[in-house]
Amino acid sequence: MTGLFDNFFSGSVPLEGYIIVSLIMFFAGVYGFLSRRSLLMILISIELILNAADINFAAFNRYLYPGHMEGFFFTIFTIAISACETAVAIAIVINIYRNLNNVDVDNLQELKEPDSPEEIKK
Amino acid sequence: MQYTLLILILPLLSFILLGLVDSKWKPRVAGSIGTSVLGIVALLSYFTAWKYFSSAGFSGTYETLIPFHVEWLRFTEQLHIDLGILLDPISVMMLVVVSTVSLMVHIYSFGYMKGERGFERYYAFLSLFTFSMLGLVVATNIFQMYIFWELVGVSSYLLIGFYYTKPEAVAASKKAFIVTRFADLGFLIGILILSFYTRTFDFGILTSGDANVFAGMTGATFMGASVLSWATALIFIGGAGKSAMFPLHIWLPDAMEGPTPVSALIHAATMVVAGVYLVARLFPIYHFYTPDVLHGIAYVGAFTSLFAAVIACVQTDIKRVLAFSTISQIGYMMVSLGVSGYGGHEGLGYMASMFHLFTHAMFKALLFLGAGSIIHAVHSNEMSRMGGLRKYMPVTHITFLVACLAISGIPPFSGFFSKDEILSATMHFEPALGYLMSFTAGLTAFYMFRLYYNIFWGKEHKQEHTPHESPWAMTIPLIFLATVTVFAGFIPFGEFVSSDRKPFESELEPMVAGMSIVVALIAIFFARYMYRKENPLPDKLANTFAGLHKAASHRFYIDEVYMFITKKIIFNHVSTPIAWFDRHVIDGTMNGLATVTQWGSLKIKWFQSGRIQQYAYVILLGALIIAALVIFI
Amino acid sequence: MNILSIFVLIPLLMMIALFFTKTRGQINFIAATGASILVILSGILTYLYLTERQAGNVAEMLFTSDVIWYAPFNIHYSVGVDGVSVAMLILTSLIVFTGVFASWRIDPMPKEFFLWFCLLSIGVYGFFISIDLFTMFMFYEIALIPMYLLIGIWGTGRKEYAAMKLTLMLMGGSAFLLVGILGIYYFSGAQSMNLLDIAANHIPLGVQHYLFPLTFMGFGVLGALFPFHTWSPDGHASAPTAVSMLHAGVLMKLGGYGAFRVAIYLMPEAAHEMAWIFLILTGISVVYGAFSAVVQTDLKYINAYSSVSHCGLVLFAILMLNETAMTGAIMQMLSHGLMTALFFALIGMIYGRTHTRLITQMGGLMKIIPFLGVSYVIAGLASLGLPGLSGFVAEMTIFVGSFQHADIFHRVLTIIAASSIVITAVYILRVVGKLLYGKVQDPHHEELTDATWWERLSVVTLIIAIVAIGSAPFWISNMIHDSLMPVMSQLMR
Repeated sequence: MTGLFDNFFSGSVPLEGYIIVSLIMFFAGVYGFLSRRSLLMILISIELILNAADINFAAFNRYLYPGHMEGFFFTIFTIAISACETAVAIAIVINIYRNLNNVDVDNLQELKEPDSPEEIKK
Repeated sequence: MQYTLLILILPLLSFILLGLVDSKWKPRVAGSIGTSVLGIVALLSYFTAWKYFSSAGFSGTYETLIPFHVEWLRFTEQLHIDLGILLDPISVMMLVVVSTVSLMVHIYSFGYMKGERGFERYYAFLSLFTFSMLGLVVATNIFQMYIFWELVGVSSYLLIGFYYTKPEAVAASKKAFIVTRFADLGFLIGILILSFYTRTFDFGILTSGDANVFAGMTGATFMGASVLSWATALIFIGGAGKSAMFPLHIWLPDAMEGPTPVSALIHAATMVVAGVYLVARLFPIYHFYTPDVLHGIAYVGAFTSLFAAVIACVQTDIKRVLAFSTISQIGYMMVSLGVSGYGGHEGLGYMASMFHLFTHAMFKALLFLGAGSIIHAVHSNEMSRMGGLRKYMPVTHITFLVACLAISGIPPFSGFFSKDEILSATMHFEPALGYLMSFTAGLTAFYMFRLYYNIFWGKEHKQEHTPHESPWAMTIPLIFLATVTVFAGFIPFGEFVSSDRKPFESELEPMVAGMSIVVALIAIFFARYMYRKENPLPDKLANTFAGLHKAASHRFYIDEVYMFITKKIIFNHVSTPIAWFDRHVIDGTMNGLATVTQWGSLKIKWFQSGRIQQYAYVILLGALIIAALVIFI
Repeated sequence: MNILSIFVLIPLLMMIALFFTKTRGQINFIAATGASILVILSGILTYLYLTERQAGNVAEMLFTSDVIWYAPFNIHYSVGVDGVSVAMLILTSLIVFTGVFASWRIDPMPKEFFLWFCLLSIGVYGFFISIDLFTMFMFYEIALIPMYLLIGIWGTGRKEYAAMKLTLMLMGGSAFLLVGILGIYYFSGAQSMNLLDIAANHIPLGVQHYLFPLTFMGFGVLGALFPFHTWSPDGHASAPTAVSMLHAGVLMKLGGYGAFRVAIYLMPEAAHEMAWIFLILTGISVVYGAFSAVVQTDLKYINAYSSVSHCGLVLFAILMLNETAMTGAIMQMLSHGLMTALFFALIGMIYGRTHTRLITQMGGLMKIIPFLGVSYVIAGLASLGLPGLSGFVAEMTIFVGSFQHADIFHRVLTIIAASSIVITAVYILRVVGKLLYGKVQDPHHEELTDATWWERLSVVTLIIAIVAIGSAPFWISNMIHDSLMPVMSQLMR
């Protein structure tokens, strides 16, 4: 088992590889977050951003502090929290769906102030 | 002579008492309190006069006495308003006049105002007026005079508006107050200018004739006239307002809306001569330092006198006739002061003016009270509703006739003596002015007898119920005043009042006296011919001089001019635009600021859209830009 | 405990007590008791003050007390009074007292109303007793805020608009003021914000040129300085009776008092140089307010414009920078405070009966409600300067004082300002004529009832005060006059 790990890390995959993967994941997430109108897709994009961060944690921990385990713990911790967060978010999404019959963010304007003084006076 | 203080304090107490109890007491009680207080005041005034004139005569001149004096309000070290009592010949004479007429009016009102709503209020106001007028005449300094000047103005306002449910009375009271207030502004500014340079309000110093008092003013000019002339002219404007000199006379005829006894007291005998009194009080200043202003006063007085007499000839409301007659007679007093010199026989005008003030107060009060008695009987002011009343009202008739003869200048009634002295003083000054005043005297006789014949002779008007003589409360004052009018002319007035306070003998000038008697008699006979029996002549004359007649009966449109100035110019072209400016420009600017702020915040509001994605996009862009800046620069 | 702090403490205790009240009776009892104590206290203070002075105490401020409040910025809670503040405290007490009785039947939420009312009085009392610039400013702000709620909730007409406008304009003024105050503190180099300390130091003239207009305008907004006066008509017209009384009667005086105490006292050189600008503005206020009042038809608007005119006279006289005129200014504050409070009280009472404030819809009320009618006439006569009532004394002191100025510009301005007495007569008599005299306009008005006992109490108290000042002005005039010495010596410097 150790051999496999040693081979894996002993230079065949450089740090840049991990960063490139995580960067692509991160910007894919950001793009999704900014462009999507569906709450579910936004949620998935947020997950992508989180996971990109997780990969960086693990990779930097291995390269900068080999032998220490804090980065891995932190990654696992983040995964757990994101699971909880997703659960809560999904619950909200379901509730919104029940109220509005869709999950489009543009339709969520119940609490927003009107735009013009005429509307204010109403 | 400390007791003179009581003369002031008693009416004030009476006012406060009657004002506070309002209608809780029976009218008769309130009236009795007011009248008995006035009785005491009148007795005290007579006593003061007797003491003053008998004790002061020995040294040859009458001294100024100040029996009471306190500082009321201090402005600066030198300038302070004092309240005090100043006794000198004219103030003592005024004390007698005011308290006598006021007492008569108090008694008379018992009958005249009987059963009126607000009887107690009426007596309270009368007390207030008497207090203010007495305070005015005994003023020791010009500011005290101003204080009481305002107070008499207010009492006059309250009394003219006594029938406050009548719109005409309300309008008249408002007009009287505002016109005199406008004049008072002149008075106030005059006082300010005078006190600024002389550093005193005190009459004693101002009229001492000491040139050092006015040293600060020498050379000071403003718009071509000396500052002192400005000051005295402005002070005269105050006097002209109260004394109804042209063109500030317009309030007086309207003031007749008040109860008739009030017209007798305030608008005939006492308050309206306050202006004359003011000029007399400051006479040394006018005479020695600003003779031009004094002559101006003479011409204003002469014009007013003629002007008012012409109007009086065509008025049909008996109180209006009397009002214009009052204006005309005050004009006489002003002329007389204006032409007067100083000292001995030179000061005849001064003495004549004060004498005429005295006699006029008596016979004009008598005329007004007589008119009140007539109005009481026929319930109308219009001459056309009267006629043939001599049979029903003998006392009123006789006393009214006495007063008419007095004002027309027929000897031996009092008006003859005082008017004759005025005429001879005027003749000495400027014969043309003298003839003008004699002509006015003729007019006076004419309109008075027009009034007399229209009321007591002529065709009998059908009354709803037969007119009857007034109750004793009203006839006693008439008889008393008539008696005074008959005999007052024989008072050697020059012995008591003169410009330099030294007694002098004044004698009749046969030429002037003869002429004035002839003029008066002609006018009387003319009036008798026209009005005693029905006669088409008055109408014919009115038609011949239609323009003049119409203009005179409209009082030469002076009121219209005033209405134009106040309503059209002040109200519509000053106040309304200012109010509009305030609401729209100034307030508009403030609202505009608010609107601009709101508009601005709406414009930048899209920035806070509430869309998380938009925020994140901006954050991302910002982060990239900062990163780029950090890396590349 | 310092007697002055009690003035702030009593309204505070009243607020606490009001929290526990349940019925209107209890609320009124607490309000009336507190207000009466304040009146008595101001009487005691006056007595103590006069005896101290009689005894030869010539300190500028008496009954001083000083507590460090926030050491890092040298902010102290320091109090002290001179004759001017004593006069203002008497005025405030009288108006709080009468205001309580004028709102005896306030509806709805009497408890909340009186809570805010007490907070307002804390602000006003605190302002007049403070001699520390910052504490003064803080109390000033405390007085402003309750106004918004009092007008916005208990007002009439366009109350939200008026409340907003009033608060924003006054806040705008206090923004100027804050800059001014901080500037004064910083540039004077004094060790504390105490007025006396700052006065002992010298503010450089160059800086004064900026700070004087800032401070004067800041206070001027509250004193209805043209053209920053437009909050006053709307605010007064919409406010409930007691608030109009307190606002026009006392709060507007904060402006004049502040301008006198801070702007003139601390920056005399700039005052000398720049007075003419503000003299013109205040001169405009005086005449302009009077002319505007002539054509108004709403009773409260008439009175509000009249206040603009009369308060303009206060600032006008202060700027004349001489003893007599300033004495007149303080007397005018006192006199105007009393008579305008009387006016607003009466207008409130009449409005409560007729449900209209338009003079075109009323008439002949004198016959129906004689007590209120007579009181209105007295208030009117006081306003147009009848001798024997307070207005005359104050105005004459101002005119005579202003006319003593050596400069012809000032004397001409004085004459222009004096002409307002005629215009005042015009609008006062117009209102009296239309409202009280003549025929009854509306048949419903025939059944109106005259004043109740609490209304009578409130009105009579004010009338007595007006007559007292008007007929015996010397003691209060002398008290104020003597306290002006420090200011005059500053101005002479």
